[in-house]
Formats: sequence, structure tokens, C-alpha cells
Amino acid sequence: MDFQLPHVDFRVMAPELFLFAWALVVITFDLGTKRRSGSATGYVALLGLVITGVILSITPEGAGFGAMFYNDAGSLFFKVIFLGAAFMAIGSSFGIMERKIQHHRGEFLGLILLSTVGMMFLASSNELLSLYIGLELTTIPLFVCAAFFKDNRLSVEAGIKYLIVGAMSSALLLYGISFLYGLSGTTDLLQMRVNIATTHLTFREIGLLPMLSVVLLVAGLGFKLALPPFHQWAPDVYEGAPTPVAAFLSVGSKAAGLVAFAKIMINGLQVFYEDIMAPNDWGLLVGILAGAAMVWGNVAAVRQTNIKRMLAFSSIAQAGYIMIGMLALNDIGLSSVSFYMFTYLFANMGAFAIVAIFEDKTGSTQIKSYSGLARTSPFYAASMSVFMLSLAGIPPLAGFFAKYYVFAAAIKMAGSNEIHQWLYWLVGVGLITSVFALYYYANVIKTMYFTPDESPYKLPLSLPGSAVVLIGLVGVILFGLMPGPVMDFASAIPAAFGLIAP
Amino acid sequence: MSNYAYLIALVPLLSFVMIVFFLRWKEKLAAGWSIASILASWTMSLIVLIETLGRHGEPLEYFFYLTTFKGINFEIGILIDGLTAVMLMVVTTVASCVHIYSLGYMKDDPRFSRFFSYLSLFCFSMLGLVLANNFFMIFIFWELVGLTSYLLIGFWFEKKSAADAGKKAFITTRIGDLGFIVGLMMVGAYAGTFNYGGVFEKVASGQIPTAVLTVMAAFIFCGAIGKSAQFPLHVWLPDAMEGPTPVSALIHAATMVAAGVYLVARSMNLYVGAPEAAMIVAVIGLVTSFIAASIGLVQNDIKRILAYSTVSQLGYMIMALGLYGYDVGMDPHAHSAGFYAGTFHLMTHAFFKGLLFLGAGSVIHAVHTNDIQDMGGLLGKMKITSVTFILASLSIAGIFPLAGFWSKDEIVAATHGHPIFNIFTLIIAFMTAFYMFRLCFLTFFGKPRDQHRYEHAHESPRSMSWPLAFLGFLAVSAGWVGIPTLHGFSSFVFFGEPYHTSFHWDVMIISTIVAVAGIVLAYLIYYKKSISADMLAEKFRPIHTFLYNKWYFDELYSFVIINPILALGRFLWTFDARIVDGLVNGAAWLTIVWADIKWWFDKWIVDGAVNGAGWIVSQGSGLLRLIQNGAVQFYALFVLGGLLVLIAFKYEDVYVSLEWPWLSAIIIVALGLLSLVAKRTASREAAAETETEK
Repeated sequence: MDFQLPHVDFRVMAPELFLFAWALVVITFDLGTKRRSGSATGYVALLGLVITGVILSITPEGAGFGAMFYNDAGSLFFKVIFLGAAFMAIGSSFGIMERKIQHHRGEFLGLILLSTVGMMFLASSNELLSLYIGLELTTIPLFVCAAFFKDNRLSVEAGIKYLIVGAMSSALLLYGISFLYGLSGTTDLLQMRVNIATTHLTFREIGLLPMLSVVLLVAGLGFKLALPPFHQWAPDVYEGAPTPVAAFLSVGSKAAGLVAFAKIMINGLQVFYEDIMAPNDWGLLVGILAGAAMVWGNVAAVRQTNIKRMLAFSSIAQAGYIMIGMLALNDIGLSSVSFYMFTYLFANMGAFAIVAIFEDKTGSTQIKSYSGLARTSPFYAASMSVFMLSLAGIPPLAGFFAKYYVFAAAIKMAGSNEIHQWLYWLVGVGLITSVFALYYYANVIKTMYFTPDESPYKLPLSLPGSAVVLIGLVGVILFGLMPGPVMDFASAIPAAFGLIAP
Repeated sequence: MSNYAYLIALVPLLSFVMIVFFLRWKEKLAAGWSIASILASWTMSLIVLIETLGRHGEPLEYFFYLTTFKGINFEIGILIDGLTAVMLMVVTTVASCVHIYSLGYMKDDPRFSRFFSYLSLFCFSMLGLVLANNFFMIFIFWELVGLTSYLLIGFWFEKKSAADAGKKAFITTRIGDLGFIVGLMMVGAYAGTFNYGGVFEKVASGQIPTAVLTVMAAFIFCGAIGKSAQFPLHVWLPDAMEGPTPVSALIHAATMVAAGVYLVARSMNLYVGAPEAAMIVAVIGLVTSFIAASIGLVQNDIKRILAYSTVSQLGYMIMALGLYGYDVGMDPHAHSAGFYAGTFHLMTHAFFKGLLFLGAGSVIHAVHTNDIQDMGGLLGKMKITSVTFILASLSIAGIFPLAGFWSKDEIVAATHGHPIFNIFTLIIAFMTAFYMFRLCFLTFFGKPRDQHRYEHAHESPRSMSWPLAFLGFLAVSAGWVGIPTLHGFSSFVFFGEPYHTSFHWDVMIISTIVAVAGIVLAYLIYYKKSISADMLAEKFRPIHTFLYNKWYFDELYSFVIINPILALGRFLWTFDARIVDGLVNGAAWLTIVWADIKWWFDKWIVDGAVNGAGWIVSQGSGLLRLIQNGAVQFYALFVLGGLLVLIAFKYEDVYVSLEWPWLSAIIIVALGLLSLVAKRTASREAAAETETEK
């Protein structure tokens, strides 16, 4: 057997390598200025993200390092989301960098950048091991970030919880991966697809193992996506963690989970989607989890009094909606998921940015503290309303089109074959629960606008926090009015995952 | 850009929403946002115009189906051709000027931001009307335009006359719209589609009988009669001058009233297919034009003179379009200038009439009166206003080489072959020149007749004078795109074949003589005073009174229509009070009993169900909170439990044939056990915590 070195091409990896180096630069910069750099460190980090984006735009598509690293439409799209999430998270963390962690700016920013690198590796990998490593690189820095307020009990608790539960989920995922490797004899997902397709009949006779593997994988990935019953860490961690970190978790980390899910389940185990593959099928299983997420997330959000917990439950529910699109294995399913995630980036990061600014100013995260904000800070109140309406899926904001595409994809899938009809039920659950959702989203607007007294707080307009809000606002409105260009871009993604012929 | 042309209309809508919901308290910001929106629309319109020019006016259509009802598709879509592009440009240009002008004019108004929100809503409706690609959609925007016009005319609703004028405008135009609806239903019934292209195809292929087509076209023209204030529904427009002056300039000079002309031009295929209907259009246009011009001769309110002038000029356009329909309908190879003349005059008129209104607003702002008999000599006090106003007057009178000269000549040329039309058109042109310069001489020249007002007069702020200057530039130059033999406008906006323009020397010379004669007569009477105005009025007392009272139209309507209706109303009221009330009182008692029963039902059954649903969600939420107890050990346990349930679910799938109810029961029991554990863990945690605190 002749050994051959895989084809190595560093060019396709250029954005990741650059961002990795830049993360070190940011840490060194802060140390080099004896921690007296002020907000300059933050701007250096933002600059790095922008440069990475530029490099990303000129990076050629293609494969490098054997099958370990692919640069295709899907990875490119999600990398943009990761960079955007990191940008907006860092942009909204200038307030805490000023007051709470002024001596650890470098580490904080460096860790977020490193986590972003992990996400980008994850989005490009097409092989179980590199994928797992990417996932860990994404998560481990965030454990630290969640616990970054060292002398705040809630924050430390959030970090510990996230660590324990995250470790457990990694264990489950790794366990599932090990089964999968044992069964298919490869870690390359495309190869695995072939292997499974040729031997799937024998799989049935192996017995419990493939089924166990599928369940473990779904559980492990369910953690990252915070799908019930693996969601419980989310509200506690969101509440305790610094608000920008919670924002980053809710968007970046969720998008990473989505990519991992698409890579493993759709790229690798697509044949197991159908009912006829029982008991190894994952379609209905994930469908039930998605339905549970929508019901659980939306119902639990209704009674929340803390806006961060409310947004945490809302993000659990949103994950449910996203999974509806993920379950539509047709030419629009994955592109609708990508578009959903893209609009979610703007709406959720924007909302969290306002929460962060409000918390910096007042120290409160209670929804009732927002009462009368419309009089004193109309820009923030109006932006928050727009974000809430977009999250609730009110036209013509971007969130509406996202929900619409996701539902449309599922309905198309359900209509394509008798055996996919359960997707109708899922869409039905989605439609009904989005009514609950409107209740708690509208509650925030009601609190801000329709309370007679004027808020004692006046939020200042300040860079770059307000800019982040503005970016979110523009994104939510612009991509609501013109979803076309993004949708065109996203429509290449299903082909990249082999769902349709390119 | 043309693919995104719908944004031209949506941007002002967004502005309306933003102002109403978010910026109501921030007046400056609201105005700024509104102005920025209309400027954005203007920029996009410019790009669309350039792109359309690049396509040589080739139509471009985008639409999607809204719904299908009885085989008729209802579409939402946009159609962009030369006519649309020009209209977009006209509307956004005048609207931009008016927006900026309003900054100064409405400065101290307590409902400042509301005014701008209405302006934005109006722009949305008007631009939507222009962009529409089918009759159904144009009708919707048509009504929206009517509604916003009502809001804007009655903007100062504390003033009874303003509120009444708003109502009058709304109701009168609704009468025309009633005809429009009938026409619309006929279109749907006979053509089976509302799409312009689809309908015109049906007309061209002769699938609709000519008689039906004639009635249909006439009914659609009813809409135009209402909106464009044509005889016999012209009475609302002069009253509408009660609204703020920027509104008059925007709605009642340049845009909304032009919508009727636009509708006739847009559905020209129908009129070509039905020459009789086209003749009706032409006659109504001429009659309106003559009546309005004659009334304009003797009025004293500066805005009303302009209003009658507008009605008269709109009649001109309508007449030209009607004559075109008639000529081409009779002889498909006829070389008629009508379509070109009507649309071209629509454009130039929008600019100079918008300017005249804004100028009048500036004058009123300075002297606080509408009566031109109290003005005079303002030329020295208000340089920019006077100069631009006089320029616009020269333009409307048709003096070379201003915009009005070129378009009015084409209208005169369009009457070629119809001697009566020709003569009356020239008479109207004479009257136009006369009353415009009567206005100018009385306002800007001579000695001030009211010294007190004169002393307080001053030039308006820049936000008001700059739009005047800009529109002044357009009032001079907008006509140059239509200089004959250059084939600018005529090769861009056309119907069927591009119209081949050429110099009509005879027409030009005659119409210039007529215009100059009108101006000279006004000069002699009102500047030189060599002919006494009072003496003339005395000599022709009956005619003067008749004209001064606007041909007694309002009195006629109130005698023939309004009084009988009121009388009927009073009669019905007495009938009600005597007989019906008795019945009603009896019925009321029953109703009260029934209401009690319903109340009971509502309270205990319906409310119970609603509250119950709310209670369940709320309690469910509470239960979920219990599970979310914060203990990480419990979370891990919960995960394992969940995992086991999943495995059990999968395992059951194949290996054990448990029925669903059983499985659900197991899951529920498992969840119950878990929450018990959760409760215990939580209480133990709490106990431990209190201990440590001690």
C-alpha cells in the first residue's frame, strides 16, 4: 500500500489562519500596552474580523488537506454569519470592557475570536474528527467567556454549568461518532455516505448499534442547538454569562451546531432520514425534538420576567423553527435554514446589543425596567420593537420571510411524498406556537411604549454599541424588503450538501 | 434598479409607519426622515427614468398573483414604461420640493410630524397608483389617494370650512369613483383580467363588443372626472384650497388631480377602440376648461384663481387625450398630436402649477391674506417669490421659450381638424393669459393697497424659497425636452407609434399673439388703468355676477341634490321617531334579555374557555419553570432521562410493540418522577444554602 500525502493547500484556509493569528495579536496587544489600551483593543479585534471577511471574499472555493477541509457555498455562507455574530458581539461588549473587565480585555476578545476560528473550521470540515475538533474549539473558549465575571456568582455558575453540560454533550457526541466509525469504517462523511448506502441492509442486522449511534448524535447535537430535552443549560447560562457572550452563544454557537448537524446528519447519514430505515431513522426523531422545542421554548418564555432568560427560551423556540427547514431535505430546505440563521443574526444580535447597552447603563435585565423607554430613548425602543417583531415573524421584516421559507420548504417536502406527511403536523405546531411567541415579544413592546410613566433611564447613543443596533436594524429591514440577493446566495447551499444536483 | 422600482413607493410608506409609531414626538427627526424618504424615491425614480430611456420606453412588468377569484387573477405588480417613468419623476420632484417647502410653511404647526406622515402616506399612494400594472391595483391606490387627500385638505380640522372642504372633496370624488367601480366590474366581466396588457389585448383582438367598450370606457372616465375635477364634478377642487398650501401644490396641482389624466392616458387603448367615448372625453375636457377659465377671470382669492386655472388646464389635457382617441379610433393612421400633447402638458403643468401654488403660499405666508385686492407692490419685497411666480405665469400663458409654450402649442395642434375645439382652445388660452396676469399685476405691481400688510411682508425662509427657485428652473426648461424635431419626449412617451413632431409655425404664431394679447389687456386694465375694471364689471354686471358666483354650480347642486336628500332625511327621521321607535323599544327589551343571557354565556363559558387556555399555558409555563430548577446535577439527570426516553422510543419502534398510549404514559410518568426529584433537589439546595448563610 503506497502512502500518499494529501493535497495541501493553505490558501483555502487563509481566513481561519489569519483570524487565529489575529486572536494572538489582540492578546499580545493588550499585554503589550500594559493593559492600558482602553477601547483600542476592541477596535483592533473588530478590524481583524473585517480583514478576515475581506480575505474570505477572495478565498478560492475548493478542497484542501485531503477531504479534511472544504470551502464551498455552505461553509462560506455560515462563515459570514459567524464573523457577523462575532463582530456584533464584540461591538456590544465595549460597555463591559469599560467597566467590568478592564484588566482582561485581551483575553476576552481573544477567546471570542478563537471560538470564531473554531466555528469557521467546523463549517469547512467534512470529516468527523476535524469536525469534532472544530466543535470543541468553538465551545471551550466560550466556557471561559461565560464565567468571565470572576466575582459574580451567577456568571461563574453559568460557566460551570456550561462546562459540565457541554462536556457531557461532547461525550455523547463522541460516543456516537465512535459507533459510526466502527460501523462505516471511515471518518470521511462523503465516503461514509457511500459506505452506508452500500451496506445499509446489513446495518439492520447489526442490531442496536446504529440506532444508538443516531440517538447519541442527535442528543449531542441537540445540546449545541438547545433542543429539548437537552436545552436546560441555555437559560441559566444566558442569564449568568456576560450579555455579549450570551448573544454570541445564541447566534454563533447555534449556527455552528446547525452546520455540524447538517454535516453529520445530512451529508453523512442522509439515507437514514426516511421512516423505512427504522429503527435507525432520524427524521421523525428530530421532528419530535423540533416540535418540543417550539412548544417548550414558547410556553416557557411567556412567564419569564428577565429579558435574557426570555430571549434564551425564545432562542430555544427559534431553534425548533430552524429545524423544520433542516428536516426538509429538498432543494430549498437548507437554503431556508441558512436564510433563517442569517436574519436571526441581525434580529437577535441587535436585541442582545440593546439588552447589553441597557444593562451597562442600569444594571438591570428585568423586562419591567424597560417601561417607558420609548419616551426617553426612542431609537433604542423602536429598534427593539423592530427586532421583536422580526423574531415574531411579522411582515415585512426579515424574520417573516425566514419563517415563510422554512415553512414553505417543509410543506414542499411534505407534499412530495406520502411518507413525509408528518411534516405538515410540524408546520402546524410551528404556526400555532408562533402565536404564543407574539405574546411575549409584544409584551416587551408594550412595556416600552404603553406605560404612562417616563423611564428614568436615558440610554446614550455611543459607538460602537449603537452601530451594532443600527446594523441589526438595517439588516432586519433591508433583508425583509429584499430577501432576493441573500436567497440567491443561499440557494447554492443544498447543492453543496448533495441534496440536489448542482 | 427597475426590478426594485416598488421600493420607490414603499420607502415613503416606511416613513409613514416610522413617523406614526416611533417619531411622533421628534418633530425634526420626523420631517427629516420624511424628506430623506422622498429624496430617496426621487433618486430611484431618476435611475428608473434613465434605465427606461436606455430601453427606449420598452415596457417592463413585474408582478405576482395575489389571489384568484372566479377565474380572474388579482395581481400585485409594477409596470414601467415611458409614461410611468415620467410620472414617477414628476410626482417625486414636486413632492420633494413640497416636502422641503413644508419645513418652513408648517414650522409652528402643533401637528407638524403628523403633517409629514400624511405627506409620506400620500406619496406612497400616488407612487403606487403610478406604478400599478392593473386596473384593480390602480383602483386601490386611487382610493388611498382619495383618503389621504381628505386627511390633508381637512388637516386644519378646527376650521369648519376646512373640515367641510375635506368632506366635499371626498364625497364628490367618490361619486366619480362609483362610476369607476362599475367600469372596473365591466373590465373584470368582459376581459376576464385586470392586467393592462391583458385587457388591451382583448380590446385589440375585438373580443369586446364596441357598445360594451364604449360604456366601459365612459364609466372608467367617471373616475377621472372625479379625481381630475372635471365638469360636472369640478366643484370640490376650489374648496379644497382650504388645506395647507403645500398640500394644494402637491395634490391639487401636480399629482392627484393629474391621476385622472394619467388614467385616461393609460387606458388609451379603450378610447381608441371606442371613439364615441373618446369624443365624450374630449367634449367634457373642453367644457370644463372653458367654464373654469371663465370663472377664473373674476375671482379675488389667489388660491382659488389658481385652482380654477388648474381645472382649466386639466380640461385641456383631457380634451387633447380625448381628441387623440377619437382621431385614431376613426382613422388608425391619423397623425394626431393629442396623446403627446396631453402627457407633455401634464408634465410641464405639474412643474409650473406646483410653483405657482408654492409661490402663492409664500405670498400668503408674508401678507396673511388670500385676497389679491389687498395686495400689490410685493415685487420689491419678495424678490425670489415674485420672479419665479411671474416666470411660471409666463410659462402657463405660453410665452416662448418657457415650458408652457411648447406643451400648449401641441394642445392647440391636437385640435387640428376640429374647428370648434380649435377656436375655443384659443379663447381659453387668451383667458388664461389674462387672468394669470391680472393676478400678477394686482399682487406684485402697482401701489400697495393695504399699507399695513405691505409693511409686514417679507421674503420667506430659505427652505421655502429654494424649492421655488428649483421649480422655477423646471418651469422654464422642462419644455425643452419637447422642442419639435428633437424628438425627445415624443419618442419616449407614446401610444402605438412614436409621434413625429414638427414645427407648426402657424400655430405657434397665433397662440403667441393670443397669449400676448391677454397679457396686454391685463396690463392695460390692472397696471396702466387705462381701462377701468370697475367700469367693465358694471357694464357687464349680469355676466360678472354669473362668473363671480361660479356659474351657480354649488347652488344648483345644493338645490337639486343636497336639499332633497336632506328633506328625505328629515322625513325619514320623523317616521323613525313616531313609528319605528315604538317597535324598536319593544325589540330593545327583548334584546336586553337576550344580552343578559349572552353575557352570562360569555362570562362563564367563553371567558372560561379563554381564561382556561391562558391558565393552562401559564401553569404549563410554571411547571416548566419547576423543571428548570437551576441544579446542574438535575440537568444531567434530566438529559440522561431524555436520552433514555429517546432510546426507548426508537427501541419500541421495532423491537417491542408498545402502543402509543402506553409510551406516552411512560413518558409522562418519567417526567413526573423527574420533576419530583427536581423539587427535592431544589429544596435540599435551598436548605443547604440557608445553612451556609447561617
